[in-house]
Amino acid sequence: MNATGPIQIETKKLNVRYNGNHILKDVNITIPKQKITAIIGPSGCGKTTLLKSFNRLLELRENVRITGEILVDGVNILNPGLFVPDIRKKMGLLSQRPYPLPMSIYENVAYGLRIHNSLTKAEIDARVEHNLKEAGIWREVKDRLHDPATELSVGQQQRLCVARATAVQPEILLCDEPTSALDPIAAKQIEKLLVQLKKDYTVVLVTHTLRQAKRVADHVIFLYFGKVMEQGPAEEVFTNPQDPETQAYLKGDIS
Amino acid sequence: MNKRVLEQNIFKALMIISVGIVIGSLVFIVGTIIVNGAFSITLEMLTQTSSGGYYLGRGGGILNAILGSLLLALPATALAYLIGIGISLFLQREFLHPKIASLIRMSLDILWGIPSIIYGIFCLMIMVALGIGASLIAGIVALTLLEIPIITRSMDESIKMVPIGLKEGSYSLGSTKFETAIKVVRRQARPGIIAGVLLGLGRGIGDAASILFTAGFSDSIPASLSDSTAALPTMIYHLYSSPIPAVREKAYAAAFILMVIVTIISILSRRMTRKSMRYIIK
Repeated sequence: MNATGPIQIETKKLNVRYNGNHILKDVNITIPKQKITAIIGPSGCGKTTLLKSFNRLLELRENVRITGEILVDGVNILNPGLFVPDIRKKMGLLSQRPYPLPMSIYENVAYGLRIHNSLTKAEIDARVEHNLKEAGIWREVKDRLHDPATELSVGQQQRLCVARATAVQPEILLCDEPTSALDPIAAKQIEKLLVQLKKDYTVVLVTHTLRQAKRVADHVIFLYFGKVMEQGPAEEVFTNPQDPETQAYLKGDIS
Repeated sequence: MNKRVLEQNIFKALMIISVGIVIGSLVFIVGTIIVNGAFSITLEMLTQTSSGGYYLGRGGGILNAILGSLLLALPATALAYLIGIGISLFLQREFLHPKIASLIRMSLDILWGIPSIIYGIFCLMIMVALGIGASLIAGIVALTLLEIPIITRSMDESIKMVPIGLKEGSYSLGSTKFETAIKVVRRQARPGIIAGVLLGLGRGIGDAASILFTAGFSDSIPASLSDSTAALPTMIYHLYSSPIPAVREKAYAAAFILMVIVTIISILSRRMTRKSMRYIIK
């Protein structure tokens, strides 16, 4: 079943082959605007591959073949004529393990601001503060903005990555199991943050914890061996799954 | 005794012997230089240039060689770094197919193994063709060529270690490959880059064969790029060829000075490395 309301991302017959393996098979999905869409499924089913195809990060590896269409706001981003950094600028990324840039906390957020805009020092200061506040980390770092970002805890680093992503004003946040490296408290903070952020951003959340998907998702896509088995509003997929594989996964029979 | 215990003990003894050989020869070499050299250094040696016939025991010092060495090796290392950083960033898979990159790596490894005298002769051939005589600039070029493979391959090894997740993070902010390479990858790889530059500098400042024909020799400090110049390694060579024992002692003094210069540079760059280590992701 397709998403209701405005659509942010849509794929049509998306196929991805990597080193001769067929990872994604005829994927047709829709991702609604300003909602949290959870991509769930057993490990190795292609969740991360699907996520990284949206901002063309897959191309960083060799031997990747992508066919089909990925429409972001109606534009096929696989079109070879497009300037890839512009596509990626629309989509912030949170990875499984936070990778802060090898710079200070302040510079981590200012980095994206500087490459896309020519701002004065005062403007950058203001926007850095705004984004750190939005990511709920300002109070913890405001007195140590010029310390190395690597000296933060992993949970703080992940929230810093949220701030650096939102600094370039994306429309979409791609989250690849962003809580898997975090302790339960830090994971909760990120989850709460994602729920707050959906009023401004479309959140695509790859997760292997079903409970997390149930807590935060508005829309769910279930992938199984590279195929979309079921997709639709979260309450429908979770309470009344149509597909037998989805039923088995939700019951915990496959993981 | 149990065969496996015996095996282990033999192996342990071999390891201790190996370490002993390395440490022992290091202590012996450094010791010889200090004993023979450190005490024959005079203020005159450090502050005056060689007068004609210095190696026959006449007066003067080796200031021309000390400055000559710095004037040759520092610009050469800077040039080799600039060229090497370009090559090593370009060897990343975002820019170059890994198969082509590994061919380039292999070529650099071969270049690394070429004796430095060959670099000297190669440059001499070009100089002859262009009608240039032995000069500071020719020496710099020869040392640059000698250092490029060393610096490039060491930097390349540390750039290869930059986690893909970090690059993805940078790309996701909409930065280009160029911005990511210059602003993110280079910073993350900085400790390895500094180590590579240091390795190249150490090789360059200590090499005699490549500058023997290219930089020539001179008793005075070079005033321009086209002047020939002495350097510490070539000075050591000349001094030690002297028939007079007192002059041969000065060769040790020159070696000691060279060692001190390299040590100072090494300590300074270690400081720089420690500072940038705080910022990088492990």
